[in-house]
Amino acid sequence: MTSSTWGASRRDFMAGAAAGGLLLGMALPGAARAQDSTPKKGGTLRVGYTQGESSDSLDPATYSNDFMFATSYAVFSTLVEIGPDGTAQPDLAESFEPSADAASWTFRLRDDATFSDGRTVRAADVISSIRHHMGEGSKSGVKSLLDQISDIRADGDKVVIFDLKAGSADFPLILNDYHLTIRQDMDGRIDPDSRIGSGGYVIESFEPGVRIELVRRDDYWKQGRAHFDRVVLLKVGDPAARMNALVTGEVDLIDRPDLKTLPLMARNPNLRVHTQNGTLHYTMPMNVTAAPFDDVNVRMALKHAIDRQAIVDKILLGYGSVGNDHPIASSMRFYNADLEQHAYDPDKAKHYLSKAGLDSLDVTLQTSDAAFNGAVDASVLFGEAARAANITLSVSREPDDGYWSNVWLKSPFCCSYWGGRPTADLMFSSAYAAEADWNETSWSNPRFNDLLVSARSELDQDRRAEMYAEMQTLCQTDGGALIPAFGQYVSAMSTRINMPEQISEMWDLDSVRFIERWWMA
Amino acid sequence: MSPVPKLILQRLVLGVVTLFLVSALIFVGIELQPGDLAEQILGQSATPDTLAAWRAELGLDLPPHVRYLNWLGGVMQGDLGNSLASRRPVADLLSQRLANTMFLAGYAAVISVPVAVVLGLLAALWRNGIFDRGVNVGALSAISMPEFFVAYVLILVFSIQLGWFPTLARIDEAQSLGDALYRCFLPALTLMLVVVAHMMRMTRAAVINVLASPYIEMARLKGVPRWRIILRHALPNAAAPIINVVALNLAYLIVGVVVVEAVFSYPGMGQLLVDAVSSRDLPVVQAVGLFFAATYVTLNVLADILSILSNPRLRRG
Repeated sequence: MTSSTWGASRRDFMAGAAAGGLLLGMALPGAARAQDSTPKKGGTLRVGYTQGESSDSLDPATYSNDFMFATSYAVFSTLVEIGPDGTAQPDLAESFEPSADAASWTFRLRDDATFSDGRTVRAADVISSIRHHMGEGSKSGVKSLLDQISDIRADGDKVVIFDLKAGSADFPLILNDYHLTIRQDMDGRIDPDSRIGSGGYVIESFEPGVRIELVRRDDYWKQGRAHFDRVVLLKVGDPAARMNALVTGEVDLIDRPDLKTLPLMARNPNLRVHTQNGTLHYTMPMNVTAAPFDDVNVRMALKHAIDRQAIVDKILLGYGSVGNDHPIASSMRFYNADLEQHAYDPDKAKHYLSKAGLDSLDVTLQTSDAAFNGAVDASVLFGEAARAANITLSVSREPDDGYWSNVWLKSPFCCSYWGGRPTADLMFSSAYAAEADWNETSWSNPRFNDLLVSARSELDQDRRAEMYAEMQTLCQTDGGALIPAFGQYVSAMSTRINMPEQISEMWDLDSVRFIERWWMA
Repeated sequence: MSPVPKLILQRLVLGVVTLFLVSALIFVGIELQPGDLAEQILGQSATPDTLAAWRAELGLDLPPHVRYLNWLGGVMQGDLGNSLASRRPVADLLSQRLANTMFLAGYAAVISVPVAVVLGLLAALWRNGIFDRGVNVGALSAISMPEFFVAYVLILVFSIQLGWFPTLARIDEAQSLGDALYRCFLPALTLMLVVVAHMMRMTRAAVINVLASPYIEMARLKGVPRWRIILRHALPNAAAPIINVVALNLAYLIVGVVVVEAVFSYPGMGQLLVDAVSSRDLPVVQAVGLFFAATYVTLNVLADILSILSNPRLRRG
């Protein structure tokens, strides 16, 4: 596309000039972003979403794309919600308390929380909703996450007690997951297709894979939330169509704009590019039980043979930051900022190779753009950089279809990604603990696994911070995951869309809770 | 037996056989793809437990031939089955999308068929003149460019620069017909630019061909005006090839518009098919595939019949 595509038309120019005048009047640096910080009711939010499929259903066990995640948070609610600081905040639960060993958690439900049909939310609703994802026949993506629960009990109508198999200081945050929204209990089960929720919006019409229209609930129990009168989510799969729709004002917000043409679009004064430093990161897991990756020196050689900055600049086009071979994002609690950054250093890589008793190294990296967008190009870049360290990296491109079942977890060295987990414990438990289903690297470091278990039930935050710092060091120096980069979440929106000064960056768009938290000027 | 009913019968039988073969091919094609619906939905978060639970519920753990025969048995009784992914009946899923596809195809056809035939006739009338050359160059240029490029150029000019038409062709039941026509104008125009050349060139060639025959010369010697020669004497005799080309293009407008649907985010059958293939939702893929195949078969039969009816010699048999 040429620059004229996004060139301001006469109409845009007039509108932009008017907006510019307002800004001059305010004469505040950064005013374009900060805007009015008092939420305002009203307006219709129209969103152009990349994902969404005609196979989508309201069954919370089946959610698999952003379209349904956003719908889930808007129409239904969770026991807790994630705050801007990454901690669990009350939502349907007004309070939650651990036992001394953090193995039992007591949640007290709000008295005023009601479903859209007027019925109050009760303990039985919570229990049935969580159980929907547990047990033998569960098809849910969070089934393994809930394996730690040994029992869920009600104590009266308003108190729910979770008994865990072992202590977990972070347990409440799990209940922020979009799968774990609370539905109405019907004789010990939930109706997965029911549209009745306790969220701020009700569904007016839903055409899977096309659009959903939501209307604000007048009797919403949560104060100071759900500002838009109406919300329309549209699936617009084509990036150019999405950006065109935003430029012509047919939608107010789009996710995942095309990064290559984004700078051109950003010149439009009515639009704004929004980035978040989330937990999304790209990994190249090496199986530490397979030769040659069973030698820690080979792993360290490869970790120093990749040009991380080049990948951030050329593949992520600057929308990201370099990774340091551990999965904890800089925006997360317990991030170890003192850890030395691994950088591209062919001499150091050669040094590690000679420590492993090798002059040169031949390895194959299996890759596919299914792992992440740009994975193939990133792999080729890696291969070029590694050559200077006497490492011959053959890039083997695999089919996108079936990549996760045929290559990932089976290949000794491949590409992968993690959307991130809300806590350090969950991230490490998902992919780095020795017994984890998704331990991409088959890494089994006794010290790491001891720390993981003891940190999980530790309620003293300083001691936890120390433990997580050491675990990050172990990952970086001994682990099998090469983590070249963290990606940013990028979206674009009309300048009329406002958001609180502090938002949760864990996932895209205020951790997908933008419908309830943002407003229109 | 007069040739028309016999032909229809023959074609219908062949059509059913074709549909049967198509359904078998689609099934094999989907089976050959790596991964199944359970893997596609669970993606990276799949575990052996959850995969098994999905497969057991959907019957994906049965051997392929059993699943195919089960499906075939249902179709014979008029039951297209349920979508594996959303568990909704396929017929429900399809009906709205089908209406959307037919609306866009019909809209595009209503514009493009008259335009193509009239341009073809005029090109034949003034053949080798400046008009003929201009129309040919224009139509061939339009058909030579990929559809998405034509669509983006139209969006750039009519939506972004001029602001006349929307870039998203959203339609729903609540809209008035006028609103729907307005919103779908750019996709219909794109499709028109893509299909006009073929029909226009065929009209021109067929008419010129007929114009070389002796009875036209006779008419001209009689002093019949040129436009009358073309409309009265040439066009009816050139109708058969034109009808065939029009039928082919109508079929294309129904089954071949997935790219245009994507660019304008139009909820038609093409999008549904792409979604269904990527999630390996076999009943939906089968239903859409069968519909597309049936469209081709029906339109071809229709074209043959109309060609025969338009030719007095064949009509009498």
